[in-house]
Amino acid sequence: MNGMNGFPILTLLTALPVVGAIIALFTGKHARGVAMITALATLALSLVVWMHLPANGSIGLIEHHAWAPSLGIEYQLGVDGLGALMLVLSAIVALMAIDASHRVHHGAGLYFCLVLLLLSGLIGTFTALNFYHWFLYWELSLIPAFFLIKLWGGPKRGPAATQFFVYTMAGSVGLLLAFLAIFLVTGSMDFEHLTLLALTGELEQMVAAHLGAHVMLWLAILALAGFAVKVPLMPFHTWLPAAYSEAPSPVTMLLTGTMSKMGVYGLLRIALPLFGHQIAQMRTPLLVLAVMTVVMGAWASAAQKDLKRIFAYSSINHLGYCQLAIFALAIPATGAAMQASQAAALNGVILQMFNHGITAAALFWFISMIQMRSGGLRGVDDFGGLRKVAPVLAGLMGFALFSSLGLPGLNGFVGEFLIFRGVFPLSWVAGTISVLGLLVTAAVILTVIQKVFTGPVPERWATFPDMHPGERLSVAPVIGLMVLIGLVPQLITDSVNPTVVNLLAHWRF
Amino acid sequence: MNYADLFRAMLPETALEIAALLVVVVDLAFLRKAALNTRAAIAALLGIVGCLAGVWLMQGQGVATFSVDGTPGTALLVTGGYAAVAQIAILILTAFTLVLLLDSRFTRHVGEYVAVVLMSATGGLIICGAQDLLVIFVGLELLSLGLYILTAFAKRSGKSAEGALKYYLFGGMSAAFLLFGFSYLYGFAGSTNLQEVFAAIVAPDVSSSPLLYVALVAVAAGLGFKVAAFPFHLWAPDAYEGAPAPAAAFIASVSKVASFALLITITAAILPSRWSLLLVILAAASMFAGNLAALAQVSVRRLLAYSAIAHAGYMLLGLAYFSDRSRDALLYYIVTYALTTIGAFGVVGVVERATGTDRFDGFLGLNKRNPLLAAVLLVLFLSLAGIPPLVGFWAKFNLFAAVLTTHASGLSFALVALAVGFSAVSLYYYLQVLKRAFVMAPTDESRIKVDPVVMLVLLLIAAAVVVLGCFPALLQNWIGIASKAF
Amino acid sequence: MLAWTIYLSFAGALVLALLPKGKPGLARVFALLIAAAGFAIAVAGFAAGMGHGRTTITDVMWVPSMGIHYMLAADGISRVLVLLTGLAATAGVLFSWNIEYRTNEFFAFFLALIGGVYGVFLSFDLFLLFVFYEIAIVPKYFLIAIWGSTRREYAAMKLALYSFVGSAMVLIALLAAYAASGSHSTTLDFLAHAGLSPHFQMWAFPLTFVGFGILAGLWPFHTWAPTGHVAAPTAASMVLAGVIMKLGAYGCLRVAMGLFPHGMDPWGFSFVGIGSWRDVFAILAVIGILYGALVALVQTDFKFVIGYSSVSHMGFVLLGLMTLNQIGLTGAVLQMYSHGVIAGLLFAIVGRIVYDRTHTRQFGDLERMHLLRRLPFAAWAFVIAGMASMGLPGFSGFVAELQVLVGSWHATPWWTVAAGVGIVVGVAYTWRALQKAFFTDLRPTAEDHPASGWHDLGAITWPEIAGFSLLTAATLVVGLYPRILLDAIEPAVKTFLAAGGAQ
Repeated sequence: MNGMNGFPILTLLTALPVVGAIIALFTGKHARGVAMITALATLALSLVVWMHLPANGSIGLIEHHAWAPSLGIEYQLGVDGLGALMLVLSAIVALMAIDASHRVHHGAGLYFCLVLLLLSGLIGTFTALNFYHWFLYWELSLIPAFFLIKLWGGPKRGPAATQFFVYTMAGSVGLLLAFLAIFLVTGSMDFEHLTLLALTGELEQMVAAHLGAHVMLWLAILALAGFAVKVPLMPFHTWLPAAYSEAPSPVTMLLTGTMSKMGVYGLLRIALPLFGHQIAQMRTPLLVLAVMTVVMGAWASAAQKDLKRIFAYSSINHLGYCQLAIFALAIPATGAAMQASQAAALNGVILQMFNHGITAAALFWFISMIQMRSGGLRGVDDFGGLRKVAPVLAGLMGFALFSSLGLPGLNGFVGEFLIFRGVFPLSWVAGTISVLGLLVTAAVILTVIQKVFTGPVPERWATFPDMHPGERLSVAPVIGLMVLIGLVPQLITDSVNPTVVNLLAHWRF
Repeated sequence: MNYADLFRAMLPETALEIAALLVVVVDLAFLRKAALNTRAAIAALLGIVGCLAGVWLMQGQGVATFSVDGTPGTALLVTGGYAAVAQIAILILTAFTLVLLLDSRFTRHVGEYVAVVLMSATGGLIICGAQDLLVIFVGLELLSLGLYILTAFAKRSGKSAEGALKYYLFGGMSAAFLLFGFSYLYGFAGSTNLQEVFAAIVAPDVSSSPLLYVALVAVAAGLGFKVAAFPFHLWAPDAYEGAPAPAAAFIASVSKVASFALLITITAAILPSRWSLLLVILAAASMFAGNLAALAQVSVRRLLAYSAIAHAGYMLLGLAYFSDRSRDALLYYIVTYALTTIGAFGVVGVVERATGTDRFDGFLGLNKRNPLLAAVLLVLFLSLAGIPPLVGFWAKFNLFAAVLTTHASGLSFALVALAVGFSAVSLYYYLQVLKRAFVMAPTDESRIKVDPVVMLVLLLIAAAVVVLGCFPALLQNWIGIASKAF
Repeated sequence: MLAWTIYLSFAGALVLALLPKGKPGLARVFALLIAAAGFAIAVAGFAAGMGHGRTTITDVMWVPSMGIHYMLAADGISRVLVLLTGLAATAGVLFSWNIEYRTNEFFAFFLALIGGVYGVFLSFDLFLLFVFYEIAIVPKYFLIAIWGSTRREYAAMKLALYSFVGSAMVLIALLAAYAASGSHSTTLDFLAHAGLSPHFQMWAFPLTFVGFGILAGLWPFHTWAPTGHVAAPTAASMVLAGVIMKLGAYGCLRVAMGLFPHGMDPWGFSFVGIGSWRDVFAILAVIGILYGALVALVQTDFKFVIGYSSVSHMGFVLLGLMTLNQIGLTGAVLQMYSHGVIAGLLFAIVGRIVYDRTHTRQFGDLERMHLLRRLPFAAWAFVIAGMASMGLPGFSGFVAELQVLVGSWHATPWWTVAAGVGIVVGVAYTWRALQKAFFTDLRPTAEDHPASGWHDLGAITWPEIAGFSLLTAATLVVGLYPRILLDAIEPAVKTFLAAGGAQ
């Protein structure tokens, strides 16, 4: 089968933003409109893809062409529940980011062109099933992000962009080396084929035979390094706070909403299938790092004064849960109970990817709204009592804040619940310590609410404008989505769960 | 001795002599009142006619040996074979050098000039076919004495007199050495015939005799002088610098052709290994000295002189490793080299007259002042440097290939490698002149005028250099076929 | 048909030399027509040759007495390189559109150079190859000496002499091979099968490899390259780094490795891990990769960065050649194409787009010129070219370097590690150049940005856009769909390895 009933929808989905990008580049004033239309079309297509997923959770909508057979390069695209969900997420966050970019100071055409190119890179990463194209999109998404930070960012954007670039590049080099080695040994770059080899243990044997006894472990570390930088995993996170805070808010939305998910996706699509056994061997140190990420992320966010930095560290914390669950489930299952926990954890990870993506993006959107109204100020101590002067803003942002906190009834809760549900039986120590993260996060968010929204209103904010109808209209669907998923998570889990089962069946620890 | 046969054998020489006398007579008798240009034109024309007549007369000669009593042991002259190749080349080249006279102002005695040129050329022709030591010497002296006079012809120039004097003194001494060497050879053989000499010196008691070595060294000295090999080259820079341009062209081309033809004859006759050794030493030394000294020059004429020494070095390699193949390659080389040199001196002459100097700086901006002339210079100098697809490259390649095919040993290979390496070095100094002509800005932008006939001839030479380089088979085949007959 | 690339170029050069001076517009258009025609023929020839192995174009006796043939032929490797030459020629003419001084002669020399290059890639007789190889030397000299910039006369002479010395070494080997094989013929086929003794090949190989390697930028004979590239006018740099260096690599492949494969056999003893000429040259290649990259990292002149990066990238080609396996050699040829295009792009940007307007190449000065705002085309063009140069996927360099790394791993893992380090340093110096020249963090001072506005730097002209698009498309298409070239290169490499009898 080729594509969806023979129609190459995934290729179209990847190409569409590129076309939009080129058009946007040359239409300076109307670039935002072009970008909006493109993002909407992408969202529509990605929902179509979501509808056509195979019911058994395997990879569907496959498109396959020979590309450079002598090098093991095939043009192979396909999605399962995980991939399709990421596609929808990317489209939604892109739409949000474009919506949030009302006033681009200079070079609007280029700006939206880069945003759309980034979207294309994301889509490519989530659909490619052969390392060559996957890596191409992985690397190429780096470039627009770099320029978006560098050219439209805040005062310290230069060093922030540089750091971002250097770290991500370094991680990518590790990934490339690992895959080169694998290609050397197997002659293949195909994810599915390699997964099957790893499942039977053949991959490990081949590597040991050709390259040496412990090389597989090193390859695993190299691959992990690439993803560890992206997600991020402490201590490879140091690029993130600067990048997130210096980038213009819409770009931060993209960074936190989607690009960090690339890293988690990589862990799920590449690291666990190919290096599951090695990850299981390194489980303890990895869990330590994950727990550190959760706890220190939360702790660090508590120490921040800049709203953007608070939520930057908070993102680190939230993604730490994903990694916690991933490393916790990397253990050979002995019995149905363990399998159930693993399934729960994995479901949680995937849900958390989606939910955090939307929530974090929304949060940064709100921060940008505040920043615009305050003339650039975004320190947590700069405000007070905004609830009184801007009740709608406070209310809607409140939803987002509570979702981030993990309040049941909102989407943030579901993912975290499933994660802990899965992690506790698998590693109760890690789970227990991570709860600290939950507590600290709660404290941070409540503090933010208290300082920003409650209390006396300072003189200067007496005329703080509330959200106007246009903004309300834009934000409302997102908030609605948060509530909807919080109340009816089956909308997602029904499609994701078969994929989870399928994935777990192909992983060997 | 049948004088009819002798006459037949020496028809071309006779034609030249008659032409020479005719030129003098016509000039003295009929052209006393004419303008210098006219006189020069007529004299040159008559000379050229004489040369062409000589070529035509050679057609009927065929391959023949002229000897005193019909035996090879008393052969005096041969015609045909490689000797004919050299003779035809000499005649044609002489014609070219006469054309260069048209644009020059160095003397009023144009008739005498042309006559001396023709007489020198006659000496050259004799040398090519000579088979007897004394005939060789006669021809050599006839050639050389003419050359000394030609060098001194620019009476108003002190350099001309200086060059001529050095040439004469040095030449006289070399002739003495040559005669001395010949006398020893006669002593061994009892005859002045080359075949007899060869038979004598390969006899075991002679071939190991140190006296033979002395003889060979003396002969090498004498002949080395003629081809300007190191260390017998000291006359060359001054002679090249002092002689008027057409005369320098003649010296650099025709006399070299004749001298190398002579060397071929002698080498073919005497083949002991010591002779080869001597030639190897001369070759290597000339390559070194010529190229290295050329690097330091600032005058184009002296540059050409030292490069001539270098080229002589390459050519001597062909003689050191002698065979039919290397002989043909050597002939090819010397003929094309001579042609190129005539062209080079033609250009130098024109530039000198326009700028008053032959230093590099006289060539500044030649590209703007006369693009055609600059193009000719480009072709000729690149050919001398050995850049394909010009004939100079083919000549070198052919010669080196012939050397290695004749005798592939460590030494021959090392020498060829050295020669190739030095060719690379030579590019540097040729480029110095070309750089002035094409790259650097001119100090004087006025147009340089050239006589149309001279320009035509220069273009012809440049075209020949390109065509012969692109289609080497043309000349190669002719030489190959002609020499085989011998 | 492909032979017409040669003839057209030389004919074009001749006509240009004779065109009336003072009409630069006419000269440019004519030169562009010839270059584009050559490119079109190259494309047509490439397409026509798909699926065929080696096709002979002409084979006539040139000098019968010595067995020298005028033999032109093309296999997959030749066709790819001819394609590259067409690209470089056309782009070179486009990027020289603004030359006003002695325009006719410039394009005449340029086309003569291109003609010689086409000739080398299509010759299958060693003598003919050598002739074309040498023909290319003189136009190079004049192009740099007359229209170049920094220390042009010195650079031109250095380049000419180095090239000539290199070709002298090749000539010696050619003469020796000719004599040793019985002086029958100089065609590559004959010499390859002439049964030259391993002893002979053992010294002929390094001599020839170094002779050609000089032009390919083999360390430590590469010193002409940075000086030469910097001094040369833009089009000449593009062709020099883009194509001429590939002449050298091609010579190493076709002549040194093709005719003297036993020269790469092990010596029988080994010294610090070096046991054959193959090891020696592989190590020199790796040193070149690292040296070029590290030196590029500290340059203050923009063009020198590119010049040294060329040395580094050529190291990949030479390393690929020394792997002696299918994937490594394929990668080497692909890298020849890829770097040819990318180097052309880089020099075009630095030389034509930036230097011709700013008259400085020093990073210190460029930083204060805030080119991102004043010359955005140059900045973004360099981003794309830089990405390609770094070897990012999507551009041809990625595939080529991938293949070379895999190939060299199969041969000797250590070389791969060192080469990999070179790639990383490559990212660093390209990054540094990008930052300093275009994306500086400095704020404009009052002196840089007077109240009256920026000093005008001149608009981007259509030839620059056209040239840029051509070259970018060339690297992008191959990067995204490498099969388009690999399908031609791989069979040719396979035949080469099978015939060579190399290890």
